[in-house]
Amino acid sequence: MRTIARRLGLYLLTAWVAVTANFILPRLMPGNPVQTLIGKITSQVTPAEIRAIRLSFGMGFKEGIVAQYFTYLGQLFHGNLGVSITLGAPVSSILRESVPWTIGLIGVSTIVSFFVGTVAGAMLGWTRGSRFDSLIPTATFFQAIPYFFLGTVMLLIFGSDLHWFPVLGAYSQGATPGWNWSFIASVIRYGELPVISIILSSVAGWMLGMRNMMITMIGEDFVLMAVAKGLPRRKVIMHAARNAVLPSIANLSLAIGLVVSGALLVELVFNYPGVGDLLLQAVLNEDYPLIQGIFLVITFTVLAANLLADVVYLVLDPRTRSEAAV
Amino acid sequence: MRGLALPRSPKVILGLGILGFFIVMTVIGPWLAPYDPSSTAFPALLTPSSHHLLGTTSLGQDIFSQLLVGARATMVVALVAGLVATVLSMVVGVTAGYLGGVSDDGLTLLSNVFLAIPGVPLLIVIDSYLPVNSRSNEFVIGLIISLTGWAWGARVLRAQTLSLRNRDFVEAARIIGESRRRIMFSEIAPNLLPVLASSLLFTVLYSIGAYVTLAYIGLTSTATWNWGTMLYWAQANNAPLSNEWYWFIPPGICIALVGTGLALVNFGIDEFINPRLRAAGLTARQRRQLHLPRRARLGLTPVVSLAPAPNRRSTHAVVK
Repeated sequence: MRTIARRLGLYLLTAWVAVTANFILPRLMPGNPVQTLIGKITSQVTPAEIRAIRLSFGMGFKEGIVAQYFTYLGQLFHGNLGVSITLGAPVSSILRESVPWTIGLIGVSTIVSFFVGTVAGAMLGWTRGSRFDSLIPTATFFQAIPYFFLGTVMLLIFGSDLHWFPVLGAYSQGATPGWNWSFIASVIRYGELPVISIILSSVAGWMLGMRNMMITMIGEDFVLMAVAKGLPRRKVIMHAARNAVLPSIANLSLAIGLVVSGALLVELVFNYPGVGDLLLQAVLNEDYPLIQGIFLVITFTVLAANLLADVVYLVLDPRTRSEAAV
Repeated sequence: MRGLALPRSPKVILGLGILGFFIVMTVIGPWLAPYDPSSTAFPALLTPSSHHLLGTTSLGQDIFSQLLVGARATMVVALVAGLVATVLSMVVGVTAGYLGGVSDDGLTLLSNVFLAIPGVPLLIVIDSYLPVNSRSNEFVIGLIISLTGWAWGARVLRAQTLSLRNRDFVEAARIIGESRRRIMFSEIAPNLLPVLASSLLFTVLYSIGAYVTLAYIGLTSTATWNWGTMLYWAQANNAPLSNEWYWFIPPGICIALVGTGLALVNFGIDEFINPRLRAAGLTARQRRQLHLPRRARLGLTPVVSLAPAPNRRSTHAVVK
């Protein structure tokens, strides 16, 4: 439990750093951020909007940077992320609609990609030196392609050219959102192509990492021992793979940030109604409260996912457990 | 010093070849470009021909010229970010690993915090506050990217430093009374080279991705040409859905190829650090030449020596 408590402490600290960066960044830029922001808005600005902008920067009532900071923290603590300039609605309620889409899309594709990559990597490591090794440069190439570019190409080929998959959006126009079967089916159908493209972009990393660990593991004595005992091949592979997978899981918490960064843009390509698409709109419209809110929500979600990965690691690796018990 | 004699596997040679090609393109690309990449003098949306190797954009700009000119900004940003981030990670990682104690705890905490914050969203926030003229400055963008990309390297370097710290030669230097700085930079640092090189490649790879991403969502100046802005304009004009493949495929392929080159060279470094991977990457013919069993056997992934052994050469001659 001590390990988890320590990780939790780290993530709380990270969350605080992200929150504080959000507070400091606008103030590092030359000039008064609120004035700069108002200057950037081309349409008519109402006093109410100015107040909303000031609030979202923590400049509500009192001046003085410390007082502002605490106003800002207080606002955040109550889930108040300010008001979006372009959409006119509170940032938190806008995000409540788009975050589930993102978590669903990225969550499913990350989990599938991790399992497929790990199993494939274990097999590649086991059969090292065989003709399957020629998969490696291909996998590397896919890994190097930016997520959004692969998404674009897949959209073009399988969506608009071959019409194998529906394009653009997260569900068909005909379906009524809710817990009815036709809506869920349509969500799955529309999610296929984005999920596949995220998997294709991210699977190579898991695969290569697992392969390398597997090769190192096969050289260990306990694997030789397992063979000498006459264990069936499948059991020997499982023996080695169980140990080889640990670094992959340790890296999982690091990789989530990278995957999320890439996958946000995939949403953009597919017009998926998640946070990524919203972020682009916010950036294009210079909607700073919205940009900041999205950044915080993404960061918090990634931190939560990290914590989950840490727990899984703890469950799988008895050594960390015994350490924690001491 | 033959510290970084990379294994000469086909993967490494291919990787170095690809990187070399793009480095040449970075240096001479802008001079080779047949037209001004921003000039709108040509008919719009020409398909590739001998006059316009990659066709033209919807504004009538020559795509091939954009690709050649754009290589420079892309590679410069990646290199600046990669170098700065690697220096940062070296300073933080080696100091933390060598000093230990409170400074280690503090620095490790710092890099863990930066590892946990998702990099690209943070970049987007920072970049969206930049004044417009800084957004077109490759060095400013490179610096910002390096701020979000150093932590991974610091972590790896710290681990490596920790394992080196108590080796005999470092102990010896300490007993002689060498200064801390000298031990850190003259004794430990050279042994970190492979890890350092690998972390440089990794950061350059990350930086290209981050820069292209920023450009793609329109957060770098759209007036300077790089591969990301090309994709931005292609997307903005709906090129992917209107089948104008010659507009958006080339920059994407270039990005992917540079990344592949970096990753392939990184394989070489991995094989250098971990000799067991070296044997695993050999082709059937090389295995024969090295007198290794044709099928990988269990429990002994052989360690391949890089030194040219005399019998190896003679077998080679026989095979020929």
